[in-house]
Amino acid sequence: MTSSSLDIQRRSASPTAAAEARNPAEIAQLIDVSVCIGCKACQVACSEWNELRADVGTCVGVYDNPTDLSSQAWTVMRFAEVEENGKLEWLIRKDGCMHCAEPGCLKACPSPGAIVQHKNGIVDYNQDNCIGCGYCVSGCPFNVPRLSPKDGKAYKCNMCSDRVAVGLEPACVKTCPTGAIQFGSKEDMKEVAATRIADLQSRGFQNAGLYDPPGVGGTHTMYVLHHADKPEQYSGLPNDPSISTAVGLWKGALKPLATIGIAAAGLFGFFHYITVGPNRADDDAHQDANDDAKADTREEDRS
Amino acid sequence: MTDKAENLAAQNPAAQNSVKEKLIQRYSAAERINHWIVAVCFVLLAISGLAFFYPAFFWLTGVFGTPELARIVHPFVGVVMFVAFARQFFRYWHHNLLNREDIRWMVAVKEVMKGNEVGDIGRYNGGQKGMFWVMVLCMAALLGSGVIAWRPYFAASFPIPVIRIALLVHATSAVVLISSIIVHVYAALWVQGTIRAMVEGVVTHGWARKHHPRWYRESTGKKV
Repeated sequence: MTSSSLDIQRRSASPTAAAEARNPAEIAQLIDVSVCIGCKACQVACSEWNELRADVGTCVGVYDNPTDLSSQAWTVMRFAEVEENGKLEWLIRKDGCMHCAEPGCLKACPSPGAIVQHKNGIVDYNQDNCIGCGYCVSGCPFNVPRLSPKDGKAYKCNMCSDRVAVGLEPACVKTCPTGAIQFGSKEDMKEVAATRIADLQSRGFQNAGLYDPPGVGGTHTMYVLHHADKPEQYSGLPNDPSISTAVGLWKGALKPLATIGIAAAGLFGFFHYITVGPNRADDDAHQDANDDAKADTREEDRS
Repeated sequence: MTDKAENLAAQNPAAQNSVKEKLIQRYSAAERINHWIVAVCFVLLAISGLAFFYPAFFWLTGVFGTPELARIVHPFVGVVMFVAFARQFFRYWHHNLLNREDIRWMVAVKEVMKGNEVGDIGRYNGGQKGMFWVMVLCMAALLGSGVIAWRPYFAASFPIPVIRIALLVHATSAVVLISSIIVHVYAALWVQGTIRAMVEGVVTHGWARKHHPRWYRESTGKKV
């Protein structure tokens, strides 16, 4: 991650605000699924730039290879064969981090600064601070972060924050031969998307649209989908993603409740002790016990 | 008594009492060791767990050296605590079945808080029994949810929605257990002479007669 030249908006497990003054523009990566030819050049560029080498896989009968994201594969092409209007459609989606405006991984992360959100929208992991708990994996609504089997730390696409920090586009964008991946300010990318969507709609894809899900505050990886009404068709892209209720409660309501509960127990004890005072088996009880003993002795004497 | 012993006794009234003090064995050495294994594990787990729960207390991960070490060691200590607690469960469950006297105690808990004894209490009172079952439930919930969330060994075998619920259950039951243990420790401090039961293993006849009259009669054979 590159924090020195990119301003930080939000920092995991940090109760106080991040540096506020500078306000760089939000960026976005726009993936136009309708232009993608599934060549996997983006996978290769990612692997090359980030120096990642996933193990050579085996053919599982479809083009997916590697078949899933991993600490060594931060982006993978997912190929779905779907029947739509009696026609077979080959829906190819470049999967990877969506760079949510409200990142579930960052919300779940317990380690200060292990996950940061840059002001330009990139969600970045700092493996130096990562403790390997995997909370980010549970927090993510898109099932993106992966723990390395070697070092136990979490990895995912960082939108080449090191390149973006020095004014370059991400490696996958640079290499895409069809222009299916574009990069620029989020505003510009929305405009580009609008043009593409209008074109798709004019060519019979009435439900073409932009995937920028509001449930996570919008994303900084956006898709142009020819079937935006059914994002699940694209290898399970969630329809209305949001941070799960369980994670929300765990990282939200439970904290003040826990504070109240623990503090109440401690304060109750303290004030009870200084008001009611200790419960002693006082001299009376000891005397009574002694009397019992004497009574016993007398009984024994009598017998 | 020699002069020397007399002087010592005069200086130290406790020593003077101890001459006459009659004691009852409440916990054997094995039971005490068992208890303190659970207690030490609990303290380490509570400290590191609160560190994972409250960002402002993340520095408490230092109890295990580094944050990452704390994440790695925490679940293993948890298993030790669970196993040791399970031993306690099998020692004590039959002493903790609720009866009518315990209900009376629970209903009159306000009176108890004022320092007045309620009911003909046996080995444990209603509060102690309630505490026992709360601990049992929390320990079971913590183990189950902890295993589900345990990386890298088990979590990958569970669906993510299940892990999310496990994390919520783990944190919730930990908070309940920590609050309960604070009450447990306070009760032991408040009812004086109780700590001795778990440190030296013994209580005085006076303590037993006042707080656990039925147990006092049963263990001394006295009719009060």
